[in-house]
Amino acid sequence: MNLWLPQAASSYAQDLDWILIFITVIVGAWFVVAELLLLVLVIRYRRREGVKAAYLPGHSLRAMAVVLVPCAVILGLDLVIDGVAAPIWDHVKVELPPHDELIGIRGEQWAWRFVLAGPDGRLGTGDDIDAPGEVHVPVGSVVQFELSAKDVLHSFFVPELRLKQDAIPGRKIKGWFKVTRPGSYEVICAEICGFGHTLMKGKMVAESPQAYRQWLRSKQAAAKAPVPHEEKDNG
Amino acid sequence: MSATIHAHPQGFWRKYVFSTDHKTIAKQYLATGIFMAITGGLLAYVIRMNLAHPGQPVPGYGALNFTAYNAIVTMHGTIMIFWVAMPLLLAALGNFLIPLMIGAADMAFPRLNMLSFWTFFVSTVILLASFFVPGGAAAGGWTSYPPLSGSAIYSGGQWGVTLWILAVALEFAAFLMGGINFITTAINNRAPGMKLFDMPLMVWMQLAASIIFLFSVGPLIAGAVMLLLDRVADTGFYNPARGGDPVLFQHLFWFFGHPEVYVILLPGLGAVAEILPVFSRKPIFGYRMIVYATIITGVLSFIVWAHHQFIAGIDPRLATPFSITTILISVPIAIITFSFMATLWKGSIELKTPMLFALGMIAVFLVGGVTGIHNGTAAADIYIHDTYFVVAHFHYALIPPAFFAFLAAVYYWFPKVSGRMMNEPLGQLHFWAMFTFMNVTFLPMFVLGLMGHQRRIANPHNFAALNTPFADELQLLATIGAIGLLLSQVPFLVNLVWSALRGPVAGENPWRANTLEWSVPSPPGHGNFEKVPTVYRGPYEYSVPDRKDDWFPQNAPA
Repeated sequence: MNLWLPQAASSYAQDLDWILIFITVIVGAWFVVAELLLLVLVIRYRRREGVKAAYLPGHSLRAMAVVLVPCAVILGLDLVIDGVAAPIWDHVKVELPPHDELIGIRGEQWAWRFVLAGPDGRLGTGDDIDAPGEVHVPVGSVVQFELSAKDVLHSFFVPELRLKQDAIPGRKIKGWFKVTRPGSYEVICAEICGFGHTLMKGKMVAESPQAYRQWLRSKQAAAKAPVPHEEKDNG
Repeated sequence: MSATIHAHPQGFWRKYVFSTDHKTIAKQYLATGIFMAITGGLLAYVIRMNLAHPGQPVPGYGALNFTAYNAIVTMHGTIMIFWVAMPLLLAALGNFLIPLMIGAADMAFPRLNMLSFWTFFVSTVILLASFFVPGGAAAGGWTSYPPLSGSAIYSGGQWGVTLWILAVALEFAAFLMGGINFITTAINNRAPGMKLFDMPLMVWMQLAASIIFLFSVGPLIAGAVMLLLDRVADTGFYNPARGGDPVLFQHLFWFFGHPEVYVILLPGLGAVAEILPVFSRKPIFGYRMIVYATIITGVLSFIVWAHHQFIAGIDPRLATPFSITTILISVPIAIITFSFMATLWKGSIELKTPMLFALGMIAVFLVGGVTGIHNGTAAADIYIHDTYFVVAHFHYALIPPAFFAFLAAVYYWFPKVSGRMMNEPLGQLHFWAMFTFMNVTFLPMFVLGLMGHQRRIANPHNFAALNTPFADELQLLATIGAIGLLLSQVPFLVNLVWSALRGPVAGENPWRANTLEWSVPSPPGHGNFEKVPTVYRGPYEYSVPDRKDDWFPQNAPA
């Protein structure tokens, strides 16, 4: 069962898919039972000549058990879902594992701009490497990102990585991913951001560490040429 | 408690326009709500046609640029929530039914009631006018998140959002007046003998919805005022460069926005709770349990709002607590749903149109209910947030109360409102068409969402995953469904007009129902009750053993 999801390409994608499937199976079973029950009740108790309805107000606790017991099971399942999902959430969104690469991602009307930390491994320094619109990442490395927005809200969304995070003007939001499958992935904006929302798209190429280093060198060489002035970040 | 709290009005204007009669006001809300529903439905048609055939002119509308698309999406959501669901479920049903169901001559404050409708009317005019101002209507989504909505620099239009804020603020003022009226009337104006636990569930649900609305709307109004000031006075409440925070608006919006879902849902559940016993000839199952579950739902609805913001930049450690409160709401809602199903058990079910719509409401709402667990679980939400999965989910959660339950109510109470019966075959056709096209429209959206279709994009073909024959087929299917949904309202509108003029005369109590509104003539006269009724029992005493009749009106002496 893959629920029409795009191919999974990050270290946590399978966990996130699994939780979607887990929930679907649990609620799906309840859904089917409830719909069938509704159908059976309507068919079975259709009005027939001479048959009077039973007087069942469901006032006593004993009678109410018909409803309350299944609801207690639902309560239990709710807690199971939360219990299973919470560590996965924490792994993806709360934890920040040690990283191999550091990139800056900035949303603006209507493009994604990427910045690589450069040799010093820090963002916001002179050796940062600009990669507007297209970023490459090495497969198998933990990439930490600092997400920001220039003008309005945007939302960084790479379906294959199962990663989505809003970008907010005035804040730097940290997160991470590890791509496990080489390929070229679309970077989408999932938050309405004005006229060009539907055009806002970037590109992430995941490739072998060797190919990545080669791309990085070509970017560095290009950066040696004088860089056009970039406007100051509001944050 | 007097049966004539205000004099019978004379003259056209007092009687039909500036009326203080709750029944007339209900009809005014009904007419405005239906007009806005058609407007919102036509906007949905433009949205769906554009998504099925991106870049091509929409028949009947013409070429569509991205700004117009964003505006249409924004206004569709705004209209359907605030100008359709609210006026129809809360204002129209509540106004007509609360006084009649509790044995009162009118609302506690009839003039406030009139003011409520006319404030609402002005808000409607302002909202519709915003389509025609320079720059067009608001285009930042129905949630109007700043900074996009905070400045004309980002969103283009100057007037659209300002008028949007003004219209929404006026609309809330109208519903505040209505809510105060509903609460006061239900608490103070009940007929002698009617204890709180003798009130029909519809009255309970209207009461609960009004209280939830009253408590939740304040923060949103504060948020909207700050947004307005950011726009017109250049303040920086939501501008980070000047110490503000855009996420603050999201908190204020959703602190209201999530309870709002229950403001819409509860009156819908109320309608279903009235109809199921009548057409199964059985007491509602677990009356008090349903009331308590409603109260728990109302309380929980105030501590779930941040599930709209799991990935919006809030502290990620907050996600799991909000996840837990969110999916806990499934428990009281399941109690209500299962109680409804238990009401059918050993009943004598007659599938008249109101009953079909009531059952359809449950059947469709289940889809919205169970997929709420997906969205409410933070880890699962990372992927499906702001995709068509969510769009499908909330349409399955809101259309059942706003349309299925509302239509069930129209078919059920039409005889009381007009004195005539609606046509049954046309009603059945309406139901089956709607039920079918509802699913044809929205089931494909779950799949599109899982494929990665993000919300509010004008051209899905711009994205590789959505530029496939399979995605196109799903888009087309959803579009066919939407057109079908619109067309399936034709038999309803024909039925409504034709039956009002030519339908068979209904009489006082055509459904052999217990609640007080069925003890007065159809339509009820001014002041409703010639003599103040006395209430002897609860509203759902059907098929009481050792009684010849299978109904037992609330006001019939033992």
